[in-house]
Amino acid sequence: MINLIMAAPDPIVLETDDRTPESALDSDEVRLTFEVHNLSIWYGDKRAIDSVTLNVPSNAVTSIIGPSGCGKSTFLRSLNRMHELVPGTRVDGSVLLLGENLYAPDVDPAIVRRRVGMVFQKSNPFPTMTIGENVTIGLKLNGVRDRKFLNERLEKSLRMAALWDEVKDDLHKAGTSLSGGQQQRLCIARALAVEPEVILMDEPCSALDPIATAKIEELIHELKKNYTIVIVTHNMQQAGRVSDYTAFFYLGRLIEFGPTSKIFSNPSDKQTEDYITGRFG
Amino acid sequence: MPVATAMLEDQDSAASRMAAPSRFGDKAFEWLTLGMALAVILLVFLIGWQLARGSTLAIQKFGFHFLTTSTWDPVAEQFGALPFIYGTVVSSLIALLIAVPLSIGTAVYLTELAPLWIRQPIVSLVEMLAAIPSVILGLWGIFVMIPWLRDYLFPLLKKLFGWTPFFTGPIYGTSMLAGGMIIAVMILPIITSVSREILRSVPKLQREAAYALGATRWEVTRIAVLSYARKGLFGAGILGLGRALGETMAVTMVIGNTPQIAVSLFKPGYTLASVIANEFTEATSDIYLQALFEIGLVLFGVTIVVNLLAQLLLKTMTTKTATRAVQ
Amino acid sequence: MHSKDKDRHRWRKFKSGLVSFGTLAAAVLVIAPLGLVFFHLLVNGAGAVNWDFFTQLPKPVGAPGGGMVNAIVGSLELLALGSAVGIPIGVLGGVYLAEYGSARGNAMLRFIADVLNGVPSITWGVVVYGLVVLRFKGFSAYAGGLALGLIMIPLILRTTEEVILLVPNGYREASLALGIARWKTIVNVVMKTASKGIITGILLALARIGGETAPLLFTAFGNRFWNHDLSQPIAALPLQIFTYAISPYDDWHRQAWAGALVLVMGIFCINVLVRILTRDRAGTST
Repeated sequence: MINLIMAAPDPIVLETDDRTPESALDSDEVRLTFEVHNLSIWYGDKRAIDSVTLNVPSNAVTSIIGPSGCGKSTFLRSLNRMHELVPGTRVDGSVLLLGENLYAPDVDPAIVRRRVGMVFQKSNPFPTMTIGENVTIGLKLNGVRDRKFLNERLEKSLRMAALWDEVKDDLHKAGTSLSGGQQQRLCIARALAVEPEVILMDEPCSALDPIATAKIEELIHELKKNYTIVIVTHNMQQAGRVSDYTAFFYLGRLIEFGPTSKIFSNPSDKQTEDYITGRFG
Repeated sequence: MPVATAMLEDQDSAASRMAAPSRFGDKAFEWLTLGMALAVILLVFLIGWQLARGSTLAIQKFGFHFLTTSTWDPVAEQFGALPFIYGTVVSSLIALLIAVPLSIGTAVYLTELAPLWIRQPIVSLVEMLAAIPSVILGLWGIFVMIPWLRDYLFPLLKKLFGWTPFFTGPIYGTSMLAGGMIIAVMILPIITSVSREILRSVPKLQREAAYALGATRWEVTRIAVLSYARKGLFGAGILGLGRALGETMAVTMVIGNTPQIAVSLFKPGYTLASVIANEFTEATSDIYLQALFEIGLVLFGVTIVVNLLAQLLLKTMTTKTATRAVQ
Repeated sequence: MHSKDKDRHRWRKFKSGLVSFGTLAAAVLVIAPLGLVFFHLLVNGAGAVNWDFFTQLPKPVGAPGGGMVNAIVGSLELLALGSAVGIPIGVLGGVYLAEYGSARGNAMLRFIADVLNGVPSITWGVVVYGLVVLRFKGFSAYAGGLALGLIMIPLILRTTEEVILLVPNGYREASLALGIARWKTIVNVVMKTASKGIITGILLALARIGGETAPLLFTAFGNRFWNHDLSQPIAALPLQIFTYAISPYDDWHRQAWAGALVLVMGIFCINVLVRILTRDRAGTST
């Protein structure tokens, strides 16, 4: 399966479970997918993100937590320029994806979004399309015509999203005929089909029941072998379960960033500690 | 495209197969749709320009007298539109007098009083009435309504109200009153459905407060609903007026088409729209055609103003697009 | 005191009941014309709707029988011509209002479209007469179709805008997040999702213009014979009904009723179709 992800950064084979993230973060050998430097984002006059500097390691899960309105979703969207869909946004600072600035003037946001896929809070398979069409639509509308290639990608994407066995006989059925958890995995497959290098997830489980949530979390665990994943969650247990690194945002600022185990057991900032222990937010 | 280069090295990746994004498609589509949307502005100007151009000579020749004189004589090439303006205004007022109370009553019934199970069927029937073409209503008017008016309703009215100047003189059937009545039928559905939308937009709280004071159903409706919705209901009436002024086929078929200014509603009349419908293809001389174009211009000007007023009144009342519930 | 209060209460109750009855009566009176028109259409028209009606040309005065096949076909041709003008402009204009533009500019366009909806249909006839008939020296199917098409524009524009705005933003985002161009997102995802609503709007516009007579009087003009040359005058069902209705001949009156029955049935069929479409939409929308 690994060979599908040719474009992903060199597989320094990260046995993520054994590795100690603390050392990884500082060490030179850790590859960085995103290097965010002094990023600020305004919606009109309102500053939603305030001078955030943060490095997102490759082939790991980074979770972003914080009370609602802290800018975590805006930050996530700034990583594939989706926040630009709101008119009147302004960006200052830089976001490097594997060393290249996403906000350089000659970069097309469409290319950025093909490289940095996204899964949304509410599962949103296209209601007029079948399961199969939902997965291949990204390739088709981006100009891929080759049937054989499309079918290959269809199967591989669904397999990676752990959905193939459940739907392989129903590919012609409507995407909306699936259960909530399956729909969300279909959306993940749809994002995987265009072969992104990174997957952003915006509270992907908030509308799901515990069993469906467990499946998605398991999937995230699988996917990080090949992808860099950034996930926004309001559920701290989830952040603790799935992520290697955690960033705590508050009022548009990055308060603390570090290995998840450290953030949750021994945060260095008072605000982080208060949030983690449920004293506010 | 430096960001893409990393991907392009690999020949079988999805990225290498996907087309490079082009801003041209996006720009072209936006401009295309913008052009289509701007068509509505273009159309307004097109109508105004075409009508003004078609009536330049008439405007120069008759000037303001066109609106204030009542001789309509194609042979002598004398054209005064007053009888048509009078007929349009009077027939529309009759229509409003009949249609507004009925429509608002129906809307109140539908939103406040009717049992729930019957509401949707009635709404559907009102929509069906709206779907009946004007020409078919006119056909029905000629062969069913006019004989009935002539034989039953008008004699009765004459007996009861013959002492007023409005119901005097010989009864033909085709008349200003018949025209007004058929227009009323045409505008009932739109006033009803717009009024209904407006009443529905009255906040629930408003009603509950009145009920809490021990008011009866009617009192609740009057105090909480109608007074709150007054402006919108007025707008609904004005919208109906806009439709009434421009109503053509049905009224042409029953109003009698005689350019005269008569007080009695039993006498035939003529409207702006009707004279265009009847005489446009017969206009043999240039100035005749020009005069008819000018009538079109007057009609357009009046309906635009009335519709603007209606839209402004309705806009403040409800953001819903109630005005198009029935076209 | 007590009984006075009671009396007053009773009076208030009575008044409330009276008004309830009054509004019910109003509702009955509003619906009554529909019932009456339908009744008379069936009584007077059903007898003359027969095979000949759908296959024969109109007969000259005095000769019994004959049909309106040319008018039915002519109406369909005019609807097709009108659609060719009204649908693309209306739908794409509606897309613009829903997807692009500034709030204030769009509010103005919307307002103008609503005002345009109130322009009397005969005005369109006059305008197209000046624009096409005078210029090309003759009545034609093209002119009639154009007049109908122009009437369709604001109708379709507003319904299209409305149903496109109903498409949840999540679908747009999901598509854009795949790196799909905005216009392809709008066409392939948004418009496709709203397609039922768009079609509903188009059908309603067709039902509306299918019965229009005034704009055709001096554009399409009418024709007693077959005509397949669109640059020549063409028959239309509503025009034929009008001509026959105001004629002095009983035979023609019968034909007018039959034509009216057929026209109303056609329009109601479209309305039923719309109802089925919209019910479906209500059932499957998420």
